[in-house]
Amino acid sequence: MELVAKARAGNRRALARLITLVEAGDAQAQTALAALYPYTGHAHIVGVTGAPGTGKSTLVTQMALHWRSLGRTVAVLAVDPTSPFSGGAILGDRIRMQALGGDSGCYIRSMASRGSLGGLSRATGDAVKALDAAGFDIVIVETVGAGQAEVEIAREAHTVVVVEVPGMGDDIQAIKAGILEIADVFVVNKADREGVERTVRQLQMMLHLGSGEHRDGWEPPIVQTVSNTGKNIAEAAAAVERHLAHLKSNNLLELRERERIEREWKVIMRETLLRQLLQRLEPHVHEQLLKQMSERQLDPYAAANQAIESVLEFPQSATPSGQS
Amino acid sequence: MERPIRVLVAKPGLDGHDRGAKVIARALRDAGMEVIYTGLQQTPQMIVEAALQEDVDCIGLSILSGAHMTLLPKITTMLRENDGADILVVAGGIISDEDAAILRNDHGIAGIFGPGSSTHAIIDFIREHVERSSVEG
Ligand code: B12
Ligand SMILES: Nc1nc2c(ncn2[C@@H]2O[C@H](COP(=O)(O)OP(=O)(O)O)[C@@H](O)[C@H]2O)c(=O)[nH]1
Ligand SMILES: [Mg+2]
Repeated sequence: MELVAKARAGNRRALARLITLVEAGDAQAQTALAALYPYTGHAHIVGVTGAPGTGKSTLVTQMALHWRSLGRTVAVLAVDPTSPFSGGAILGDRIRMQALGGDSGCYIRSMASRGSLGGLSRATGDAVKALDAAGFDIVIVETVGAGQAEVEIAREAHTVVVVEVPGMGDDIQAIKAGILEIADVFVVNKADREGVERTVRQLQMMLHLGSGEHRDGWEPPIVQTVSNTGKNIAEAAAAVERHLAHLKSNNLLELRERERIEREWKVIMRETLLRQLLQRLEPHVHEQLLKQMSERQLDPYAAANQAIESVLEFPQSATPSGQS
Repeated sequence: MERPIRVLVAKPGLDGHDRGAKVIARALRDAGMEVIYTGLQQTPQMIVEAALQEDVDCIGLSILSGAHMTLLPKITTMLRENDGADILVVAGGIISDEDAAILRNDHGIAGIFGPGSSTHAIIDFIREHVERSSVEG
């Protein structure tokens, strides 16, 4: 596909269109993905997540500048929520990323979460692939850490940075959002503010209270930064790089990639199968099964079996234990 | 599902009047568009670069400083030079009727909306005029 070749040759307009194309998730998107997929698998994918206003965009900008100064190319994917009311969104992360302008080794793209959880991780995952294929050394994905959707996106990254700030109530925000488990690096940003020590202590305690054993034999470091002045940014970036080195030296990177690819593959199969099944299901059967379930004449498992059997030549069974 | 219209809302030059830009950004979001807001003090280079990276359908420029006759033509010229001529450009703020006519006729600013413009009219204009060309090309 011509767009892919152009994007790989450094044509930013082509890359921008390619992302629009894959984001749409339609038949054209599949063609584009097939063409760019062979070139993926080289970028270091870094997720940055945390509550709104913790300084993620500022931190991302500073880390990107740091990596640029070392000659690495950096792409940023900044994801913000879509309004559930209008389907529109205001994407404001670029306001903080002005310093990255005018540099051909840097590319910033804003993305709205559009619709469902599954859809979001698919669209971001595919946009990341386009950036990876375009040859960026590092792809940073910024998401608002607010729940499950962000956890899903974070799982796409090799290294996940969770951003906290001092004095946001008694509890660390990450506990509420359940994103603590996914952190590879903690950044306590706004370390110029009161209460940093307390926040760091709380994080340390939680890390040691946990299962005792850290995922992948890696203890997440805690780095204190002041992103708007650039303080300790090099340390934060170094922690991210150390994590990648750790994954590589223990063959964990391959393992993570394998797991991610398998997860992605299964999601796609599940979505595709469901779509095809629903397409083939006779409307009157669809209607009748719904009615029978509503009237409690049929349970959902039996109805699922009947629907599948009415469509497939080889009957399969959907049992509670059969889910995976 | 139809892809939402993507709009870059930017304030070119050294002008701190940002109420209008924010009102427009919110109105477009509420109309179901994806608005990339880049904030104050944007140079033409920054605006064009952001528009191209974001692959927007439309650029909305808000300018109340009086510098529109130098800044807006610069932006549309740079867009044309960078393969972005298909992007719809609209503007608002304090722009006299004479200036508006020149900007429309000679500089590729498709629509100009001054104080008191209804956001409905702006939304309709953008919906009507964006080129929903296939992204392939
Ligand atoms: C509020 C205001 C301020 C506030 C701004 C607060 C803020 N954060 O925005 C403050 C007090 C800070 C301010 C300061 C100044 N101001 Co003042 N200000 C105004 C005032 C009274 C209203 C502007 C406003 O907010 N309107 C409300 C919004 C919603 O309306 P709007 O911006 O026009 O937007 C509408 C349309 O224009 C259009 N639109 C706007 N943007 C866009 C974008 C797109 C894409 C589209 C489609 C449409 C669109 O749609 C909107 C809805 O209808 C105007 C006078 C006036 N009546 O316009 C002067 C005015 C703009 N200011 C003026 C001046 C001179 C100044 C100062 C230089 C004064 C000074 N000497 O210090 C400073 C400069 C500040 C700076 N850094 O740039 C002059 C500008 C003269 C000119 N351009 O020739 C004006 C016109 C007053 C005048 N008559 O002299 N100002
Ligand atoms: N005091 C202080 N403010 C910061 C720091 N980092 C970012 N900010 C400010 O925090 C606000 C939110 O930053 P932003 O990067 O947009 O946060 P995001 O919503 O998490 O992306 C901005 O006003 C920043 O200037 C910091 O280390 N210290
Ligand atoms: Mg942000």
